Amino acid sequence: MSLGILARKVGMTQLFVDARAVGATVIEAQPSRIVQIKIEAKDGYNALQLGYDEVPDRKVTRPLRGHYQKAGVSTHRYLHEVRVDDPSAYKVGDPIGVEIFSEGDKIDVSGTSRGLGFQGVMKRWNFAGGPKTHGSCFHRRPGSVGNSALPGRVVKGKKLPGHTGARRITVKGATILRVDRERNLVVLKGSTPGPRGGVLELRKSHG
Amino acid sequence: MDDILRSVEKNYLQERSEEFSPGDLVKVHERISEGAKERIQVFEGIVLKESGSGTRKMVTVRKISSGIGVEKTFPFHSPKIERIELVKKSDVRQARPYYLRRLRRSS
Repeated sequence: MSLGILARKVGMTQLFVDARAVGATVIEAQPSRIVQIKIEAKDGYNALQLGYDEVPDRKVTRPLRGHYQKAGVSTHRYLHEVRVDDPSAYKVGDPIGVEIFSEGDKIDVSGTSRGLGFQGVMKRWNFAGGPKTHGSCFHRRPGSVGNSALPGRVVKGKKLPGHTGARRITVKGATILRVDRERNLVVLKGSTPGPRGGVLELRKSHG
Repeated sequence: MDDILRSVEKNYLQERSEEFSPGDLVKVHERISEGAKERIQVFEGIVLKESGSGTRKMVTVRKISSGIGVEKTFPFHSPKIERIELVKKSDVRQARPYYLRRLRRSS
């Protein structure tokens, strides 16, 4: 039940906080617009539907265009929903931006991690692998994957090679170092998932 | 994108003279805190190299301390660096005068 917005990762840098060098991520969040307000009586729950990243009409499908038109909001590339406790405090068309955060806040950041393709077990699951030398014929292989007749199969969930990355990752409790309302920037301590220019979801942490 | 990063970094840069260049003799005044006390330590030596840009700029200074070559790399924009004072300009052609490491003191 916490307010959040979509944003784009600008990149990382190093800043001095209390005379200590700290890795920081700069995130740009042009204000999102409220496209639809969902209320419990009608939709079963209270939420705001937000549009992020304004694009020309032709970039969205006609049904979506109608949806934006109904709200009287220009078209956006992304729609996303955040739960709120009191939907009556908001109005369709209102902007929501970085002003919901302030310095020192803890936030959760979700995004899609970089896709690494099909990877072996050492990169994907941090297996140790075998010795490189001394006649070893066992370099980067996964080793044994299970027992014999009992259970006679490989257990489900066994860590094996496969497609790595490109999945949703959430960083919890990241500290906000700075909020720049004029330029719609949030500077975060630490790293966030995904490449520069990737879309991130910023939410207030609770607990 | 990079413009945004640079503008964010700008707020964290220290305003200090960048007049020295590699090969020059400088004094680096570094604030050192030992428990509650804070004092300033001076490291005097020859600038061996500058690397990085923005908040990540580092300066390596070399000196001969009791007969042993000592190199120390400082984060140029750290608030712990009080100031960097130019003592003597020198005439060095390389951007990174590593050859100084091989030189013996002439006296």
